[in-house]
Amino acid sequence: MKAAVITFPGSNRDGDVAKALKQAGAEVAHVWHADSELPAGTDLVVLPGGFSYGDYLRTGAIAGRAHIMDATRAHAARGGYVLGICNGFQIACEAGLLPGILVRNAHLKFVCKRQHLKVERNDTPYTRSYAAGQAIDVCIAHGEGNYIADAQTLARLEGEGLVAFRYADETGAVTPEANPNGSLNNIAGIYSPGFNVLGLMPHPENLIDSLVGGTDGRGLFESLVSAKAA
Amino acid sequence: MKARVTVTLKTGVLDPQGKAIEGALKSLGIEGVDSVRQGKVFDIELSGSDKAAAETALKAACDKLLANTVIENYRIEIGA
Repeated sequence: MKAAVITFPGSNRDGDVAKALKQAGAEVAHVWHADSELPAGTDLVVLPGGFSYGDYLRTGAIAGRAHIMDATRAHAARGGYVLGICNGFQIACEAGLLPGILVRNAHLKFVCKRQHLKVERNDTPYTRSYAAGQAIDVCIAHGEGNYIADAQTLARLEGEGLVAFRYADETGAVTPEANPNGSLNNIAGIYSPGFNVLGLMPHPENLIDSLVGGTDGRGLFESLVSAKAA
Repeated sequence: MKARVTVTLKTGVLDPQGKAIEGALKSLGIEGVDSVRQGKVFDIELSGSDKAAAETALKAACDKLLANTVIENYRIEIGA
């Protein structure tokens, strides 16, 4: 598995996600946003978390138009994997890789806390190391994580099983109380129709070592590496 | 040539920032405020004097970057 982690001006989780990928056995290259090509043989493009361009205009809006995003869109169109985490999810939506948009949290507060997610399905390249319906313990840190889409898009996401993760309690129950930001249907992450693009607000890369409180995030990176090997 | 692009949230899109501003206006005792919706204004200087070309360029600017048409509408005004 060859991963390319893109660094935009203001990305700050590129190092952490690279560590998580290496731990799972991936080779990682760091790629600058102004480059126009991905390294040869790239299997996975990662849009990391952070505050690209200081969240100017809209979160992810300017990064979503960076040169490297043309190559990323072409990679996704060929069926290549693209993983957008937090600001990377916002960038993926702004770049047209995923539908909908992330807007200001409904309660207007930046949330930074541990958060359980329900894994909706485990037959995708990103979740095969988890069980369907499993509650995983990761964390969130965002001010604009409130996922919205028009009714038709939402119906399509639900109808085609493209919701990857939902905010849930520790038992995996998807409740209004477990929704930290007002996202429609507690959506924390979504897939593209081919399941090769995943965007999610939570940070699985934070929870990969028991030294810092948990390892539930590892499964996502291990899933990807084993999906490539399969 | 000067132009102004105004980007506003579509009807029905939740605007928590507008709501917070509305609450603050009410707490200041400003009377008669029914609701507030927050938007963005871009003042743009354009070279050339062809209004139709400017309109085309600004429309592209809005569709490609200035507005996210999932949630926002835009209005273009071209001045002298």
